[in-house]
Amino acid sequence: MTIASAASGARGISGTVPMAVDLTALHKNFGRVHAVNGVDLQIASGEIVAMLGPNGAGKTSTIDIILGLSQPSAGTVSVFGMHPRHAVSRGLVSAVMQTGGLLRDLTVRETVEYMASLFAHSQAVPEVLSSAGITEIADRRVGKCSGGEQQRLRFALALLCDPELLVLDEPTSGMDVEGRRSFWSAIRKDAEQGRTVLFATHYLEEADAYADRIVLLRRGSVVADGTAAEIKAMTAGRTVRATLPGVTEAMLTGIPGADSVEVRGDTVLVQSTDSDSVARYLLTQTAAKDLEITARGIEDAFLALTGDDTPASTGAL
Amino acid sequence: MGIASSTIAPDLSGRRVPPLGGFNVTALKLEIRRLTRNRRTVIISIVVPVVFFLVFGLNQSYDTQSVGNGNASALVMISLALYGAVVATTFGGAMVSIERAQGWSRQLRLTPLSPVAYIIIKILTALTLGACSVAAVYIAGTVSGKPSMSVGLWIGTGFSVWIGSLLFAAFGLFLGYLLPAENVMQLIGLILALLSFAGGLFIPVSQYAQGVQDVAKWTPLYGLNELVHTQLLGNGVDWTWVVNAIAWLIIFTGGAVWRMRNDTARV
Repeated sequence: MTIASAASGARGISGTVPMAVDLTALHKNFGRVHAVNGVDLQIASGEIVAMLGPNGAGKTSTIDIILGLSQPSAGTVSVFGMHPRHAVSRGLVSAVMQTGGLLRDLTVRETVEYMASLFAHSQAVPEVLSSAGITEIADRRVGKCSGGEQQRLRFALALLCDPELLVLDEPTSGMDVEGRRSFWSAIRKDAEQGRTVLFATHYLEEADAYADRIVLLRRGSVVADGTAAEIKAMTAGRTVRATLPGVTEAMLTGIPGADSVEVRGDTVLVQSTDSDSVARYLLTQTAAKDLEITARGIEDAFLALTGDDTPASTGAL
Repeated sequence: MGIASSTIAPDLSGRRVPPLGGFNVTALKLEIRRLTRNRRTVIISIVVPVVFFLVFGLNQSYDTQSVGNGNASALVMISLALYGAVVATTFGGAMVSIERAQGWSRQLRLTPLSPVAYIIIKILTALTLGACSVAAVYIAGTVSGKPSMSVGLWIGTGFSVWIGSLLFAAFGLFLGYLLPAENVMQLIGLILALLSFAGGLFIPVSQYAQGVQDVAKWTPLYGLNELVHTQLLGNGVDWTWVVNAIAWLIIFTGGAVWRMRNDTARV
């Protein structure tokens, strides 16, 4: 991990700026289940970080610990250099949860008023309502609001205390494409003012498109940590596909640079980090035609890194 | 690495923790509004005890039948005020089950509100509705003109009923944390009716068979019911009533604290 050194570098430049999130050797066990299994993660102030992983990878357990909702079984956690609960009481951290978290029998305005009353500092209620676009529905009972309206309310509540760190747990699940896009453009605009954002998602394209940095979790451990480009590079390679009538795998054993060869009827698929050599060989030494070369997307990288056949030792960058 | 090259230093110095663990009047007012907005709760904790008093407390013979320092109508009024206050405070406390089911308590844990401040808000909310129940039954008594006792006893018994119902705010909180479902309210209605019979609110315990009496004296409304009537009856305080009330207060409070500590589940 080079993050730690980068982080201490940042700390050196600006004096005593603590990490927004600092997790070391974090473990969380539920009985015999190790939901979080030795996570080290440092997030500097101002970063937008995606925590990506399949269900059960430990995303939510890690987030709960960062928010002070649960205690780690082992390891340490600090948020802006303090205990998560202290950061929460100072309004430094807030979160938008997937579902729930709202009282159906309060109106939208009452919900905002209630939450605002609990913080030492909070933004004015009318401003919060208008910037979240929920002024028109302010007097409506929360239970009568649509899913999208409720999500806007949750977002408004999370920004009420002007948090330095905003945590989003699968914030767009259940939103349509358009809703998702406008949600993320709001988040990005907001983050430009220096807010740190950590979001959990299992939508790869979201992590790719909106995060500065992706932390890939698998079975409670960080298996990769870097920019989207770096994650893709970790499982570098392209697929060369060609039509070759009457082909057998034996005919193709000598392809230079091939990592794996697969034959499906008259189609041959070659995985390679040197696709040029494979293509050259196929076109010059065989009767292959209709040749295609495709890069593996982040989706493949994700599957390669989080699939169960990947050895757990797959190193972080 | 993806570390932002220019780390922006957040201003942490101006960030303060709210006083009193986040307890404030706005939140309390909204909680009371919520509780009174629930028509079912209002009917069962205010309208029902008043109707019961009008049906059972205005019996022809009750205004002439002398009981201790007053009459029988006053005795029934105190019992039904206690019933109403107990229903009100139990419901008020048990609202936490709805809050848990809707994920609101989890949302509150992401705010500065301390668990102690939250519980105090819940108890004050429950006691507010409890006060309304007592007031409603006592106003019905005043209007009917039947109950007879000194002004000091009206105030003294009303106040002791109200303070005593605190025990059931703790009971409601315990049930609210213990029981998961939203239909906890129906269950509470049934439990309280049984406890009211056992505690002698509707029929004096002395009229039950001896075996039933022996069991009834251990139930949570028995001690409280005897204590709130003792000023009217002028029969002194039996230490077993005090032990009964305090023991149940400890059990309910302990149970609520125990369940609250374990309440970390997500919804």
